[in-house]
Amino acid sequence: MSPGRLPACENPGAGRIQVTDRDTKLKAAPFDYHAPQTVEAAVALLQQFESEGVDAKILAGGQSLMPMLNMRVARPQVLIDLGKIPGLDHIRAEGDTIVIGAMATKRAAEDSALVKERQPLFHAATRLVGHRQIRNRGTVGGSFAHADPAAEYPAVALVQDIQMKAQGSDGVRTITAKDFFVTYMTSCLEAAEVLTEVRLPAMAAGTGWSIQEFTKRDGDLALAGVVVTLRKAKGLCDDVRIAAFGVNPTAVRLSAAEAALQGQAPTAENFARAAALGAESLEEPIGDVHASPDYRRQLVKVFTGRCLAEAAARAT
Amino acid sequence: MTTKQLTTVTVNGRVYKREVEPRLTLADFLRYELHLGGTHLGCEHGVCGVCTVLIDGRASRSCLTLAVQADGAQVTTIEGLRNRETGQLHPIQQAFVDEHGLQCGFCTPGFIMTTLELLGDNPDPSDAEITEALGGNLCRCTGYETILKSVRLAAERLRGGRLAARTSA
Repeated sequence: MSPGRLPACENPGAGRIQVTDRDTKLKAAPFDYHAPQTVEAAVALLQQFESEGVDAKILAGGQSLMPMLNMRVARPQVLIDLGKIPGLDHIRAEGDTIVIGAMATKRAAEDSALVKERQPLFHAATRLVGHRQIRNRGTVGGSFAHADPAAEYPAVALVQDIQMKAQGSDGVRTITAKDFFVTYMTSCLEAAEVLTEVRLPAMAAGTGWSIQEFTKRDGDLALAGVVVTLRKAKGLCDDVRIAAFGVNPTAVRLSAAEAALQGQAPTAENFARAAALGAESLEEPIGDVHASPDYRRQLVKVFTGRCLAEAAARAT
Repeated sequence: MTTKQLTTVTVNGRVYKREVEPRLTLADFLRYELHLGGTHLGCEHGVCGVCTVLIDGRASRSCLTLAVQADGAQVTTIEGLRNRETGQLHPIQQAFVDEHGLQCGFCTPGFIMTTLELLGDNPDPSDAEITEALGGNLCRCTGYETILKSVRLAAERLRGGRLAARTSA
């Protein structure tokens, strides 16, 4: 559709856009639409479609799904919109856990004083997702369920022991981050299961943290990025956790680098050694038109070093 | 075959009820169902920002929102900014005119709607905050410098307007 062919529209209702035969105002392939009012109803619909062999997809904020629909990369027969289910967009504290409803927007997480104060790493990661317009509609749960290997949340989930709560026909289950992310764009959620909640442990006082990534343009998905949390015990590195994203089919922990730093002094030398070890230990990174495997490995090395330094500076 | 959905959307204060195909985007709903052509479409996959409208006060990509998702929502488009009684441009629009914040004008509705949300949240943004907020909108003409100037001027005038309104009241 070329905007050049459209007559100018001066005032509300004044212009009439002529749709010619060559224009199509519909981009996505046809699908049926359901907007259930409860999670139970959504699960029942998913179950029904699964048994009928109908390809049904869940629609949350749509900020990843809609481009795929518009380009017809995804052609589901049915969309089940969770947007009409009340009570799925809360952000609240339950003791030392911050509970975020799956349909809470990233903007809500960004604006939440609770998230900012008690889980600053998750807050910083949220601000790296897309642009403000995307965060205004994109949901926290949607990002987890989408399981993009270049997304920030899965890496944060791995180092912060974030848990996912999902509801299916057999009831509710809680899933650890390690089990949740399976491979490219694939979580362990069953076909008739709905992610309802993301549960973040509040960050322990004194924990240092850092998240850094490289994107070609502001707001793009990362070519590669690194998340670090660490603590200091008697001035030495303790409980160092490092995860890389954008390099393998899921975010990965760099356990060799973590182990190398345990009980070591937080020096630039030690960090450089651990960063090299972490990058080396990576399985063959993704290679594509944007970056070769070697370049991604190099990015992980550089960001691991920088993240360790930043996290150490923040740790008390 | 897909079942059409009865969808009620309030656009610029006016309520519209339409039977729409679920796959119709909000952008195309505005343009083809409501004949509001001010919301432009560029990339149609969420990169260029030209289709930005406010949905319940939040700047959103109307190409990445289905019309059915906006059921029950309040939508503001560029057509809703001009003062209906006087016909005067909104201060943000006027600032873009005065500071040459546009050349071809194709991206302008998106920039202005994004600015509208920004200045509502933050009446006195720093340059860094303006740049960050506008990061989701692409312009191929201006080099952005005049857009930044436009937003600064709009912020200044809106702040002044508010002050004046307060003192006269």
